[in-house]
Amino acid sequence: MRRVAVTGIGVVAPGGPSREEFWQRIVDGKPAIRRISAFEPSGYRSQIAAEIDFDPARYGLTPRETRRMDRFVQFAVACADEALADSGIEPADRDRVGVSLGSAVGATITLEDEYVVASDHGRDWVVDHRHAMPFLYQALVPSSAAAELSVRYGARGPAAVVSTGCTSGIDALGHALQLIQDGEADVMIAGAADAPISPITVACFDAIRATTPSNDDPEQASRPFDNDRRGFVLGEGAAVLVLEELEHARARGADIYCEVSGYAARANGFHMTGLRPDGFELGVAIADALDQATLNPDDIGYISAHGSGTKQNDRHETAAYKRALGDAARDVPISSIKSVVGHSLGAIGSIEMAACALVIDRGVIPPTANLHTPDPECDLDYTPLVAREARVDHVLSAGSGFGGFQSALVFSRAGAS
Amino acid sequence: MSPRRAVITGLGVVAPTGIGVTGHWEATLAGECRISPVRDFDASALPVRLAGQVDGFEPAEFVENRLAVQTDRWTWLALAATQLGFVDAALDPAKEDPFQLSVVTASASGGNAFGQREIQALWQEGPRQVSAYQSIGWFYAASSGQISIRHKLKGACGVLVADAAGAVEALASARRQIGRGLAAVVTGGTEAPLSPYALACQTSQGTLSGETDPARAYRPFAGDATGHVPGEGGAILVVEELAHARRRGAPQVYAEVAGTASTHDAFHVTDAAPDHTQLARAIRLALERAGAGPGDIGAVFADGAGVPALDRLEAAALREVFGARGVPVAVPKTMTGRLCSGGAALDLAWAAQALSTGIIPPSVNLAGRDDLDLVTGPREAPGLTAALVVARGAGGFNSAAVLRRFDA
Repeated sequence: MRRVAVTGIGVVAPGGPSREEFWQRIVDGKPAIRRISAFEPSGYRSQIAAEIDFDPARYGLTPRETRRMDRFVQFAVACADEALADSGIEPADRDRVGVSLGSAVGATITLEDEYVVASDHGRDWVVDHRHAMPFLYQALVPSSAAAELSVRYGARGPAAVVSTGCTSGIDALGHALQLIQDGEADVMIAGAADAPISPITVACFDAIRATTPSNDDPEQASRPFDNDRRGFVLGEGAAVLVLEELEHARARGADIYCEVSGYAARANGFHMTGLRPDGFELGVAIADALDQATLNPDDIGYISAHGSGTKQNDRHETAAYKRALGDAARDVPISSIKSVVGHSLGAIGSIEMAACALVIDRGVIPPTANLHTPDPECDLDYTPLVAREARVDHVLSAGSGFGGFQSALVFSRAGAS
Repeated sequence: MSPRRAVITGLGVVAPTGIGVTGHWEATLAGECRISPVRDFDASALPVRLAGQVDGFEPAEFVENRLAVQTDRWTWLALAATQLGFVDAALDPAKEDPFQLSVVTASASGGNAFGQREIQALWQEGPRQVSAYQSIGWFYAASSGQISIRHKLKGACGVLVADAAGAVEALASARRQIGRGLAAVVTGGTEAPLSPYALACQTSQGTLSGETDPARAYRPFAGDATGHVPGEGGAILVVEELAHARRRGAPQVYAEVAGTASTHDAFHVTDAAPDHTQLARAIRLALERAGAGPGDIGAVFADGAGVPALDRLEAAALREVFGARGVPVAVPKTMTGRLCSGGAALDLAWAAQALSTGIIPPSVNLAGRDDLDLVTGPREAPGLTAALVVARGAGGFNSAAVLRRFDA
């Protein structure tokens, strides 16, 4: 089996508009959450979000590009530029370079903005297409984001958007991994992006009470595993990793962050939003990912949790770790960076994997912010409040999302497995 | 590649040509063009008036009311196609290990009518009027999620977006999952892009046909082609590991999934590539992975954009790989319009049936061409052993799949 290395990382996250700023932010455990500024949130149940002060010019995006690209595409491009520069790659054969970009909701901001104009604020069911912007089809079908990356970098290999809801960011990396394993590409520009902070997205999570109503103290509102958690905090952002066939990376003398050593996905076949408390299917996915990495449960030195901060997720996930790892679940440090950067739907899985690669590289485990009073049913080591130094050779990340999808990905220090 | 072989054992079709594979195939061979005026609203102000629509589709026959209110028409079509596919394959997922089964769909525009209705509610009546199901009805993963839940498919599921090339990507992913140990994967895609806002979004492409005569509106490879007609529906295929299909006594194997490939033009997000290099490369790669030469392919199911510049590129790619008039080229989607995610899925279903019956389905409303052997009526092809499906997505996506006749 061909092996796959991570050789470049780019991140645009709340409070962390670049890889290094992101890393510092999550190590500090300082939540980047505030009252929504993207629109006036009065009248909504949840009025806070983890927002990015995104300046396209900082990333070299031209006005022409920002008119064409939805915000989530701009995030993806900014991250991919950073990741490719970080990798130092100048591929000789761009036929063998592909793109796998995850996104849960695509260009919802553009779709909603343009709808409001074309429908006269929702008055007309039959909208007036003449008011539509020139790139509206690119907003309707989010594979345009993968196309933007392929065009930008001359990548002529396989390209697609992976859209499995909130596991998109893990599954997009898994898709890229499998394409390299099977010899269909040597290099994959892989990651995920979402920019869901729009009225319709906030309203749709309000309607099912998935997001927190704790509007008064935004920085304290994302509280994974804490007894006082009341739901997740919507976020936005992106991360892109350069995945590269291991020998390809070694041959060009690349700096290797880690290897992608195991990926598995399962579905609970149960409910679009509900989770059974036993965490069975997520546990199966984790066990399979470890198996592919040929690791034992006690080899895992850090778990990047899904840790969304909803009542049901955090218990479901705790049960899954116990089921999959047995006694080792009690010893391994776990944390949820959603406490700092919020839950950016499909993007967060890739942002968390960027964090995982940096944990191996930097030897520091970022904390779970706001974890003051643990839920008695979430009784594992969730690394409350303060970062820890630790040499970590193998990290596991778990994701769980609407549709019942459950995914797990393992990164390993190069040569450690 | 993995020695585990992936074969197609069931077809579930919900398309303008029919609901269920039998009626669909009969309408196909009859060459019935199912393009008609947009039915659900007054489209007279739009630059497109015609569409391929699924007539006679009663959601209640396939989707219980409790679920119907949570989902868009796109998902109803997918649930119906999946159910029909399982029945056709005589595969009862309840009798299988759920972790050995999964679903991988192509998705492109999501739950259009559902999403439009809820955004309208938000802007007209306020946030409290948005449905509790908006969060699960609109997003691109809704169909895969609902299919997984309804049939208890707990293996690695997926959703791939590559515009109209997506269903070939999904098939390739299904094959990868079979190679990694799954017993069966339902794959393919559907689309329901005929609601007002979805149609408005599509007009921005500038590739929709403004013709009002259904016989003239979508004529790929014609010199005076005027664009394409959008359509709804698609197909779901049951892709199964060969030994598993044999063990359970599957009633038929339509075809084997022999090879897939995809490339990207990497040229421009809206404009056609300057040449057909990457399209031809996808075709050659798919042939190579199938262990087939151009001479082995007895039918091509063309992408058939209906836009002269894009048609020229496809014709050039086919000439380069197969030679002028080197292979029969069918565009049966001239009967349905372009179904985006559902389109390549339906082409895969047509190709599978062509291989199992030895009949290449017709293209309608097309005249002959000197450089392409266009199949303009049903064509007997008893020696047909392999077929190629070509699919392109807006923005530069090129995909190709080779299906091979299965001789037990």
